[in-house]
Amino acid sequence: MADKKPTKGSKQKGAPVSAGAGSRSLSSHLPPVVEPGYTMATVADKISEVVLTQNTPRGWYIGLAFSFALTMLLLVSITWLLVRGVGIWGINVPVAWAFAIINFVWWIGIGHAGTLISAILLLLRQDWRTSINRFAEAMTLFAVACAGLYPLLHMGRPWLAYWLFPYPNTMGMWPQFRSPLVWDVFAVTTYLLVSLMFWYIGLIPDLATLRDRSPSRTGRIVYGLLAMGWRGSARHWHRYEMTYLLLAGLSTPLVVSVHTIVSFDFAVAQVPGWHATVFPPYFVAGAVYAGFAMVVILAIPLRRFYGLQDFVTMRHLDHMARIMLATGLFVAYGYMIETFMAWYSGSVYESSLMNNRFTGPYAILYWSLLLFNVLIPQGLWFARVRSSTTALFMIAISVSIGMWLERFIIVVVSLHRDFLPSSWGMYYPTFWDWSMYLGSIGLFFSLLFLFLRFLPMISIFEMRTLLPESEVKEDLG
Amino acid sequence: MSAGIYGLMAEFSDPSALVSAARKTREAGYVRIDAYTPYPIEELDEAIGIHHTRLPMIALIGGIVGGLAGFGLQYWTSVIDYPINVGGRPLFSWPAFIPVAFECTILGAALSAVFGMLGLNGLPQPYHPVFNVPRFALASRDRFFLCIEAADPNFDADETWSFLSRLQPRQVSQVDE
Repeated sequence: MADKKPTKGSKQKGAPVSAGAGSRSLSSHLPPVVEPGYTMATVADKISEVVLTQNTPRGWYIGLAFSFALTMLLLVSITWLLVRGVGIWGINVPVAWAFAIINFVWWIGIGHAGTLISAILLLLRQDWRTSINRFAEAMTLFAVACAGLYPLLHMGRPWLAYWLFPYPNTMGMWPQFRSPLVWDVFAVTTYLLVSLMFWYIGLIPDLATLRDRSPSRTGRIVYGLLAMGWRGSARHWHRYEMTYLLLAGLSTPLVVSVHTIVSFDFAVAQVPGWHATVFPPYFVAGAVYAGFAMVVILAIPLRRFYGLQDFVTMRHLDHMARIMLATGLFVAYGYMIETFMAWYSGSVYESSLMNNRFTGPYAILYWSLLLFNVLIPQGLWFARVRSSTTALFMIAISVSIGMWLERFIIVVVSLHRDFLPSSWGMYYPTFWDWSMYLGSIGLFFSLLFLFLRFLPMISIFEMRTLLPESEVKEDLG
Repeated sequence: MSAGIYGLMAEFSDPSALVSAARKTREAGYVRIDAYTPYPIEELDEAIGIHHTRLPMIALIGGIVGGLAGFGLQYWTSVIDYPINVGGRPLFSWPAFIPVAFECTILGAALSAVFGMLGLNGLPQPYHPVFNVPRFALASRDRFFLCIEAADPNFDADETWSFLSRLQPRQVSQVDE
């Protein structure tokens, strides 16, 4: 790295977070990653205060109560589903897959930004990721947990979910390994486990900080158990950083493979609107797009509520807005290619599908998709929009809605009119479709509120490495 | 060698002082030394003599084993134990086995990296003598510690104490076993 000043980036090459010299010179006009004036002690205090305080803010109780109420709605919906079966949803032939798969893909996609921030940006030495990676990883875990609910509940007999896994059984049967749905089981399980390990490994040194700082005995015992006796030994740090890098290197292809496999659920089938080679890259880009939108939706209120504007600065929001803009353009390209291929293929089924998207009974949703996912996000081209938290927040909401509509269009609009007009039908969501969807949002936010209260939402030890005082000044050779 | 003593520990308030002290300690011939810091410091690896780690090899082996196991499982179940003839297509349809084999490779490598790291680091470890030093709680905050262990062949309670004091630490403490 060619940098004149002895910055940290040129020194700490192996550190999990190192200030990339290149990124620094390119974006020197941007606000800093951490506002000046912090020391190692005050960084730790500021972040751990949220967890160790005895006075839980009232806003937290209100937020948790609201989310928990929605989680109760989810439990009621699941109970009713188990009593009555999937018939309580609006699904029927020809639309046998609806909200369950839409919400599954939507949640999994949201999770991908967490992995992208923690893994890919780490490998690219983007030091700004440090203040957002922890809660983005938590977001990944909770989103994958919400996603996992849907295929399980859609099976009809969720208590037999273990049939999905290959195990020697008295029926003498094995899963069909040529099916993308079985690939999905492996992809999502691996993704959940690797994300969990990545998150937990990243937490260990901070759990040790909490153990050493907790004023209560319970806190010391619980954080002490979770920290597993971490003592910050140089030998441990050496292996720790290697593991962190290895996990980042492994997560990067993993995250791409997961959404690729999710897209195979559709692309391997022959239904018009699904059978497209553009699906894997288009799905991965869409996942990153939706995920960054969710990170922005979470980061903007969080930094204000907890006064963390010094750590999650406008520079972070600006970078995330740029990533959203770029991935949004990939997604727009995907829409364009789908339309082009429908015409270029010369297939009557493909072109009638496209015609149905533009003018059919669900046309309003397609045009809303273009509005929410393509048109409104173009505002991100303007620096003034990227530097307004209100505008960014609104655009992120728009993208979240847009990405949900995209999956609705792919799933429902493709299925409801396929090859034979005699088998055409309509799909209308029922109360229980909506209640499960809202309930899963409640579950996601309940988990998130608990995480904010009990674990440090920003990586303390990685923030220390961003401070000027963390640098080793050597005059002896 | 003194009974009941794990070692002697010097406390520093900034990373540069720790790194130069660690270097001098190595130069003085001590080998059983360790440093404790609130965040990873790359310069320390060389200063206290940490060369390489077997972790990448462990992760590689884990990945290969995971991948072969995943592929082998699919081959054995789809071709040998439970062959299903679908329209005369080949039973050994290997391209369809790649996604699952890939996921198993990643899972194997990630599990071995994580558990390899914990295993090599000896974690979880409920008790370690360094925690007997009351000020050691600051090692997870903003202080830097250097410990010369009593197991070191050159260790002598008095001499090592005065050696550490000459490195200009904030203070030197005895680490009880």
